[in-house]
Amino acid sequence: MTWRVAEVVKVVPETPRVKTIAFDVPGWPGHRAGQHVDVRLTAEDGYQAQRSYSIASVPDGTRVDLTIERLQDGEVSPYLTDELRPGDRIELRGPVGGWFVWEPAQGGPLLLVAGGSGVVPLMAMIRARTAAGSNADTRLLFSSRSWEDVIYRDELERLRGDGLTVVHTLTRSQPSGWTGYARRVDAEMLAEVGPSPTELPRVYVCGPTPYVEAVAEALVQLGHEPHRVKTERFGPTGG
Amino acid sequence: MDPLMLDGNAIAGLLQEVFAVEMTTAIGTCNTCGAADRVGALRVFRGAGIVMRCPHCDNALVTIVEDGPRVWIGFAGIRTLQVTI
Amino acid sequence: MPPIISRGFRGRRDDAPSDRVPPGQYVTRDFPVLSAGPTPHRQLEQWDFSIGGEVDEPRRWTWEQFRALPSEEVTVDIHCVTKWSKLDTVWQGVSVDTLLDGVETAAEYVVSFCDGGYTTNLPLDDVTGGKAWVAFAYDGEPLEPEHGGPARMLVPHLYFWKSAKWVRGLRLSATDEPGFWEVNGYHNYGDPWQEQRYWGD
Repeated sequence: MTWRVAEVVKVVPETPRVKTIAFDVPGWPGHRAGQHVDVRLTAEDGYQAQRSYSIASVPDGTRVDLTIERLQDGEVSPYLTDELRPGDRIELRGPVGGWFVWEPAQGGPLLLVAGGSGVVPLMAMIRARTAAGSNADTRLLFSSRSWEDVIYRDELERLRGDGLTVVHTLTRSQPSGWTGYARRVDAEMLAEVGPSPTELPRVYVCGPTPYVEAVAEALVQLGHEPHRVKTERFGPTGG
Repeated sequence: MDPLMLDGNAIAGLLQEVFAVEMTTAIGTCNTCGAADRVGALRVFRGAGIVMRCPHCDNALVTIVEDGPRVWIGFAGIRTLQVTI
Repeated sequence: MPPIISRGFRGRRDDAPSDRVPPGQYVTRDFPVLSAGPTPHRQLEQWDFSIGGEVDEPRRWTWEQFRALPSEEVTVDIHCVTKWSKLDTVWQGVSVDTLLDGVETAAEYVVSFCDGGYTTNLPLDDVTGGKAWVAFAYDGEPLEPEHGGPARMLVPHLYFWKSAKWVRGLRLSATDEPGFWEVNGYHNYGDPWQEQRYWGD
């Protein structure tokens, strides 16, 4: 598996801090929902930095979309979100990760628990589900700081129904009139939103490490089998 | 729990380059506590090199040191590794 | 295929006089946190520092006893094998010379051992003669756990994996005992000015 050249096709803002960058990657072999790529940037003097980003898009020829959150103190994400223009090139390696994947043929019930930009691989799963015409019982519990920070907000509103439930929790500020959850994900919320352990759901949790740890522990406390809970932790390096 | 810790997914690309097979679904057995886990579920730390630790007992299972194309893999704590080729 | 240059990418690096930057290093103003394992959280009441192995009399200090020892402020450049260097870092620590003062030994090597199980080996000569400290403060503040607090080794003339975090003691030995990274690919000595990063360098 080698490094491939990826050319920027377009840059789409999602939220004030998040952009989706669409790449054209000649020779792209296709990918599965949940997989990610390693991105490598090389400066003129040879200095290199590398980060991992989840693939947001469904397989579509040579097209690979990455949704990237601009981290204030980041070394790579500010470059990717501030600098990249159509025609620019980076390198990427992948697709990688065969464990944190979901295929429509696996069916549901599916519980997807996202923390901030951890929604990206889970959105890839939701998009794959839609593309396959699946109506598997799928529930997304999505934690964001505020309504403005909800990535893919409008698309999620449109996709609701046909077995897809989307529940938001907004942890820092809520729009006036908000009647939804306004706190961090906990066992009580997971019990209210998710399928019960007896339904044997497949569970995917993705987000910053402390979020994933807290959610995974709560799920096990609720009685979910640890081996049915797959986790992907985004560290401070963004990958 | 350490906020800096990642999991095996974070180094899936590196592992695939080294082992030429999908590694996050491989199962490693810890030689200290005997637990068997998917590599994707192992705890990954980035120090001077990469350390993969048992999520149950923190034992260092695998270390990876990279110098461009030269890679050293230490299997310090793995008793057995099961892969699908 | 040589890597593709990404237009405008610089990375977060500073310029610095080249006589202060070893080959292959980049200067940073950050203080990256790198760790081989989870951060231990050792309560000071349970902390001690010991000197043992091939010595006439092992020694041990509790935190209070350790902090009562003469300490000094030092400003040094540090170099991580992962290629970042940080210049003019300010530490407060007890010189290893102070800890070894009066210790009788024929040992030529030491192993630093730590909470969490990390070890690293050094020639005794490289931790004596004003070259090494057990540091408990960085930049005027008590050393944070993620950077090795309550105390870590500080051996700035070698790559920073030799400056073991969460250090609990030194074991002196007649023979060299490669530590955690030394058995797994990193160079046994680690001189940044000779770019001794890996086995065989």
